[in-house]
Amino acid sequence: MATIAPTWWKVWRRDSRAERVEAGAESLAESPPAEAAAVEIAPNDPLLAYLQSAGGAVELDRLELDSPAVRALRDAGVALVVPLVSQGELIGTLNLGPRLSDQQYSTDDKKLLDNLAAQAAPALQVAELVRRQATEAASRERIEQELRVATLIQQNFLPRELPDLPGWQVEAYYKPAREVGGDFYDFFRLESGEVAVVIGDVTDKGVPAAMVMAAARSVLRASGSRIGSPGDVLRRVNDLLVPDIPERMFVTCLYAVVDPVTGRIRFANAGHNLPFARTAGGAVELRATGMPLGLLPGMEYEEVEAQLGPGETLLLYSDGITEAHDDGREMFGTGRLARHLEGGGADLIDGLLTTLQRFTGEGWEQEDDITIVTLRRTGAAVPAELHATFRIDSRPGNEREAMARVAEAVAGLGLPRERLERLQTAVSEAAMNAIEHGNQGRAELPIEVEVAAARGVLRVRISDEGPGTPAGAAEQPDLEAKLEGLQKPRGWGLFLIENMVDELRTTDEDGRHTVELVLHLEGEGDGNG
Amino acid sequence: MATAELEARVREDDGSVAIELSGDIDGRAEAVLEAAYAQVDGADAVLLDFSRVAYINSTGIALIVGLLARARKNGQALSAAGLSPHYREIFEITRLADFMTIVEDREGTT
Repeated sequence: MATIAPTWWKVWRRDSRAERVEAGAESLAESPPAEAAAVEIAPNDPLLAYLQSAGGAVELDRLELDSPAVRALRDAGVALVVPLVSQGELIGTLNLGPRLSDQQYSTDDKKLLDNLAAQAAPALQVAELVRRQATEAASRERIEQELRVATLIQQNFLPRELPDLPGWQVEAYYKPAREVGGDFYDFFRLESGEVAVVIGDVTDKGVPAAMVMAAARSVLRASGSRIGSPGDVLRRVNDLLVPDIPERMFVTCLYAVVDPVTGRIRFANAGHNLPFARTAGGAVELRATGMPLGLLPGMEYEEVEAQLGPGETLLLYSDGITEAHDDGREMFGTGRLARHLEGGGADLIDGLLTTLQRFTGEGWEQEDDITIVTLRRTGAAVPAELHATFRIDSRPGNEREAMARVAEAVAGLGLPRERLERLQTAVSEAAMNAIEHGNQGRAELPIEVEVAAARGVLRVRISDEGPGTPAGAAEQPDLEAKLEGLQKPRGWGLFLIENMVDELRTTDEDGRHTVELVLHLEGEGDGNG
Repeated sequence: MATAELEARVREDDGSVAIELSGDIDGRAEAVLEAAYAQVDGADAVLLDFSRVAYINSTGIALIVGLLARARKNGQALSAAGLSPHYREIFEITRLADFMTIVEDREGTT
């Protein structure tokens, strides 16, 4: 450039994306005048088309073109414009001020500049491409990273396994959309022996949605374990979420409590898609009203009960399925879902996904997370045999654990609720005797519990290392005598046990005292016990 | 196991006195029951509300027997509300139901 000796020069780069010309490098003998930096060339300025096809350096003085850019460049003191053309595309210009010597630029000068431009243009273009790609890659990487984190959070909070409910077939399907939405589902057992089933959807996507989903799941679990009524659970969860949830985010959620023994379902809904029951009489939408969680404090949630008979199925789902669109932008909708339920075969989820695939067509990119949970009551199938044993430390209060674990062990027998409750009371009393009297509350001595059902008889054996005859069992309790102070108020344990079960036997063998509780199962379950 | 220690709240309206119980009635409930009863031992009639009681064991039955004995000594009528069908059966088996009026579920209890 020194032999050409302009007073100054400046590269203008045309940003192909933004379609505008911007300032690039500069310098030499003099700084370019300030106006040179301020020149803007409109995308439709005729100068651009002219330069693209000019084939070499253009002296502005000699240029006859009605162009605001030419006038602006002249005003800015530009004498010579050298187009930078790469692959037929004008990617910028090299603008030179007047020569130092005040002479015109010579033909040689222009030739030299044209050569320089021919070499510089592709280099500039490559540099621009590299820069743009790096920016895009960084932003893509950031998005991918965020997606990975969101997926990780979400998957970490989804159940790792489905609950094993005798007499029920539980299935779940979850497929996140590429930009992970906020779907979640959950199962957990309640102390009552019932199972809580949750499905929900957090508005928004990515990490924020995943975080809110994790929080919602935790408070649902905590409240669900403490509170029996689904309506009250959602009310509590809503009140807990409202103060902390980010603005414009909320959670839709359906919370159901299923009694595996009776098939009774109690549920409440916070603005989520209504579940369906597939019954002998067709697909029934189970309705309950309530606002999504996290919007307003003090919301009430309607609580509704439904009953599932043997062979019937409860279906919970997210809007990823009903709001899937086909080529013509038509939505899948609940109508198609209901029709599928009525017509579909035994494999509900697979069938539904096939129907959805047929609807959306080939190459459909999933729009939102899809979650489907089904609970099918296969019938009060009494297992031919059932056997479970466990040990419980002799600590005060642990009779409750014995009670809960026996209830869990016999869940598949289909005992009517009142029978189960009687058994639980009997187990609790027998275990309490074993812990407090038999083992004298010595934590290191476990009580043993054995649950066995065969040929229509359920036996629960509870044994301890005591000498036998639990205290307080000596006399038959008489309420009137107790009220008159003739008997101590206590001493109801064995009396209760006797009245709660069909048979009560006690044995002492090998230093172990065993209480055996017997229930006759005839007429229960599916009647073939 | 998730268990809930008993809480008791004494409520008086229109001259009727109720002890609202919530939690488990087992051996740990003694002090709470005693304290609650001490607040109402002058009343003519006391309603025990079991709506929020999920568990009663034999020790708990003994505590209720103790309350009933004292109420009778004081000439108080004791009644029970909000019992689940299961515990209602237990109140019948133990004959507590013969000495206390068992009130059908109050509205709002499920």
